[in-house]
Amino acid sequence: MIEVRQLKKQFGTQPILDGVDLRIESGESAVIIGRSGGGKSVLLKHLIGLLQPDAGEVLVDGENITHMNERQLLAVREKFGMVFQGAALFDSMTVEENVAFPLIRKKKYSAAEIGKRVAEALDVVDLPGTEKKKPAELSGGMRKRVGLARAIIYEPRFLLYDEPTTGLDPIVSDSIDQLIIRVRDHFKVTSVVVTHDMRSARRVGNKVFLLHAKKIYASGAPEEIFTSTDAVVRQFIDGVADAKETIL
Amino acid sequence: MNFLARTWVGEWLTGLGRIAVMSRDAVMSLLTLKVTWKDLVYQIYFIGIKSQSVVLVTGAFTGMVLTAQTYFQFHKVKMDTATLAVVGVSMCSELGPVLTALMVAGRVGAAIAAEIGTMRVTEQIDALRTLATHPVDYLVVPRLLAATIALPLLTIESIMLGIGSGYVVGVYLLGIDPTYLWFNMLKYTGNIDLEIGLVKSFVYGGIIALVGCYKGMSCGMGAEGVGRATTEAVVYSSIAILITNFFLTLVLQHIALMLL
Ligand SMILES: Nc1ncnc2c1ncn2[C@@H]1O[C@H](COP(=O)(O)OP(=O)(O)OP(=O)(O)O)[C@@H](O)[C@H]1O
Ligand SMILES: [Mg+2]
Repeated sequence: MIEVRQLKKQFGTQPILDGVDLRIESGESAVIIGRSGGGKSVLLKHLIGLLQPDAGEVLVDGENITHMNERQLLAVREKFGMVFQGAALFDSMTVEENVAFPLIRKKKYSAAEIGKRVAEALDVVDLPGTEKKKPAELSGGMRKRVGLARAIIYEPRFLLYDEPTTGLDPIVSDSIDQLIIRVRDHFKVTSVVVTHDMRSARRVGNKVFLLHAKKIYASGAPEEIFTSTDAVVRQFIDGVADAKETIL
Repeated sequence: MNFLARTWVGEWLTGLGRIAVMSRDAVMSLLTLKVTWKDLVYQIYFIGIKSQSVVLVTGAFTGMVLTAQTYFQFHKVKMDTATLAVVGVSMCSELGPVLTALMVAGRVGAAIAAEIGTMRVTEQIDALRTLATHPVDYLVVPRLLAATIALPLLTIESIMLGIGSGYVVGVYLLGIDPTYLWFNMLKYTGNIDLEIGLVKSFVYGGIIALVGCYKGMSCGMGAEGVGRATTEAVVYSSIAILITNFFLTLVLQHIALMLL
């Protein structure tokens, strides 16, 4: 379970999040939608302790991670996997070494086992045969999928996806959605997906949060949100760009 | 005072504090021996082997010019054969460690800051953290260890080369009597001078690695941030080396006097 209470964060003088509350139950898959630049990535980074809030708290399985130091956080982060918006692959390593990294760091797997699991993970994200390539030789979408393979290989209990399907073609996007659902149901993973893709939000989410005006503006089951009559929610879902006043 | 705290003084003190915290983390992590041997060996290779040409040229030419200049002055008072003794002492305790450290700061300190800075702006450091890896364990410790191992070795090399090339210049170019030249050098250059040099180079290795890592880790956003971090790493570590050198000389000489 992940719980966020009255989270506030500002960079310099610019407030990004101002009193965010949300609660994600174990096994649930939550989708966070919101405007570009609205602070979704910032919120996601708070869930795993990459950023420290100015005020408010974040609880993981009931444990307050807000005031933990980096070493204490490492133990908490073992439960987490994160797929970064920009993939964040280690560019000095090959694809294979990137994906194997979390297993090698744990020091309890044999080389053969690591090799087998890397091959499996790359197969799952539909990238067989790229083992020896460097991240710079891959396309943006391929990099993102390597990032996904790196996050799922150690079977974490929480998976945070920052726009996993942005920039991918519809077929691969669809297979990533399927993968998110499969991982969720198979390993009982709690997933948090930040996305702009309404189709994918509808498909993978069983709870949707709309981040708007520095707060969670609306939350609920996908059917509730997608049938909502609220102007702000409708505008976001239908993707209408007029009526500036309702946005602001 | 408030005014001062808000300007560079405050920033500078904050920076010092952060480096101190990072050093503590690095030392704690060293004590638990979590270092990966493969990374350590690679870093020693990168810092030690790849700095060879720079260190060799620096050591040789410093020794040569020092010999020539000392000879020109000493010749006036007929102390020709004491030339290499001066070269020996100053190469061992001052010039060897300081010049080697300055050259390595320019090459390695910059590379460390650029590499870690790029990792930071491309979120690779955040990725490390999500993969339950402390950036200090994984990035700082191998570099710190490698630099403190490699720098004394590089310094010995540069001292040997400096004295050797000084001897060659003294004997073959300036025509000083070889036997007395060498004898006086051995007589006046004590083990203690070499030991002081090695202690210094160990400290400078630490400074180069820590400043480089710190500047990389606290790098600003974008390509500009990386550029700045690189420059600052070189400038700050060079300044720190020069300032530390003065105090280390005082302290180490004092200790040497007490021991003898
Ligand atoms: N490290 C940082 N320092 C300063 N400002 C930041 C930092 N990270 C994010 N911001 C600011 O926070 C705001 C929200 O950024 P964030 O990346 O969370 O947006 P987002 O909702 O993920 O957008 P997108 O959908 O485009 O990814 C932006 O205005 C950005 O400029
Ligand atoms: Mg984002």
